[in-house]
Amino acid sequence: MYSKGLAPLAAATVVTLTTAFALVFFYAPNDADQGFVQKIFYVHVPMAIVALGGFVAGGVFAIKHLRSGDSSWDMRSYVAIHQSIILGLGVLVTGAIWAKASWGHWWVWDEPVLVSFLVVFLLYCVYYPLRFSIEDRERQARYSSVFAITAGAFVPLNFVAVRMAESFTHPRVLSQTGGDLPGDMRLTFLVALQGMALLFVTLWKLELTAKHASMQLKKLRNRARVAA
Amino acid sequence: MIAAARTILRKDLLIELRTKESVPAMVLFSITVYVLFHFGLDRDSLDGELASGVLWVTLLLAAVIGVARLFAAEREQGGIDGLLLSPVDHTALFVAKATALFLFLTAVELVAVPAFGLLLLGPGLGGAFPELVAVLALGNLGVAAVGALVSALAAETRAHELIVPILLLPLLVPVLIACAQATEPLFRQEAVTEDLGRWLGLLTLYDVVFVLLSVAVFDFLLED
Repeated sequence: MYSKGLAPLAAATVVTLTTAFALVFFYAPNDADQGFVQKIFYVHVPMAIVALGGFVAGGVFAIKHLRSGDSSWDMRSYVAIHQSIILGLGVLVTGAIWAKASWGHWWVWDEPVLVSFLVVFLLYCVYYPLRFSIEDRERQARYSSVFAITAGAFVPLNFVAVRMAESFTHPRVLSQTGGDLPGDMRLTFLVALQGMALLFVTLWKLELTAKHASMQLKKLRNRARVAA
Repeated sequence: MIAAARTILRKDLLIELRTKESVPAMVLFSITVYVLFHFGLDRDSLDGELASGVLWVTLLLAAVIGVARLFAAEREQGGIDGLLLSPVDHTALFVAKATALFLFLTAVELVAVPAFGLLLLGPGLGGAFPELVAVLALGNLGVAAVGALVSALAAETRAHELIVPILLLPLLVPVLIACAQATEPLFRQEAVTEDLGRWLGLLTLYDVVFVLLSVAVFDFLLED
């Protein structure tokens, strides 16, 4: 039921990601003051955006689950959050590498995006111990959904609070990730973002398919045992 | 609904008055943490950001104890089944639990904040009033709403004493930011009020969001 369209999706992911890498290495120019290392931007920022999008999607699926009581929505929410946490780890690692290369430190506390991402990441990591310390399936799904919604609402609030805490002492230089990229960098960035989003959806579908298959298998085995 | 909430609140306050479990432990804990900070920082008196940071980190850590114990009676004695069997609205339960936590926190602060002024704060508490009261009240409200929600989320998990701190503390980061930033100018050698409205505004936003959110999702917890 989840595997519909998985093959073309995977193909599109491969093509887009390959294009993105080709653009990153052969098309996009080196940054004027950061040089080659700035290219990590094409991995780091798409990963961060997709991870946050995945957390939001997890919250939306959780609302659908609580509304409908259909546990397949809980599965979707769980897998989205699970994938986003993995991406989040990638974001923190690539962010640290980039920070070391361009600012000289592995970690900078006065960069609100970095700090609020860490707080969000720490919060979402609690999803696993919470979910897996509840045995009852139905209750597990319900409590996980409540967590996903609460954490989803927390994300924007936390960004506002952390930014407010930093914004007095340091001028913001965020235009780097936003509007005024030169055209060729912007194109490369958009392709990389799309590739990352496609990768996320493909892996999400793949994991859902695998989870569904193993659940079906378990059911069939049980039925076979009862019949025998 | 209000009557039900009042009854549950009365029960919780009575239990606390008779067993004296949460509040004295939280007070004791706070003062112990002051001693730890005294030695950890090797400072006899604090002011400014160090003072407000130490005060708020201590209060939030003490809140963890209160949150962990909030559903203790229900969990240990099977009171939860009784509550769920009675025709009580979940919103009433949330309101009662959050109010109880709010009152516990206030009681703790009545002792822990003057103790902080006595033991660690260089400039004294005099210059911080009455602004500090507003910060404490709004902070407590946020902690109470999130605390009741976290406590209910963790109440029926196996590793409940583990879940509460790691879930509560990241959620309270915005409260810590707003409270510590709002209190920092009040604790300077020359107490001033600076950007107070801004931080109280952030606290109010946080309180509104989490009170509404908790009321909305509380229905789905503690069912069966």
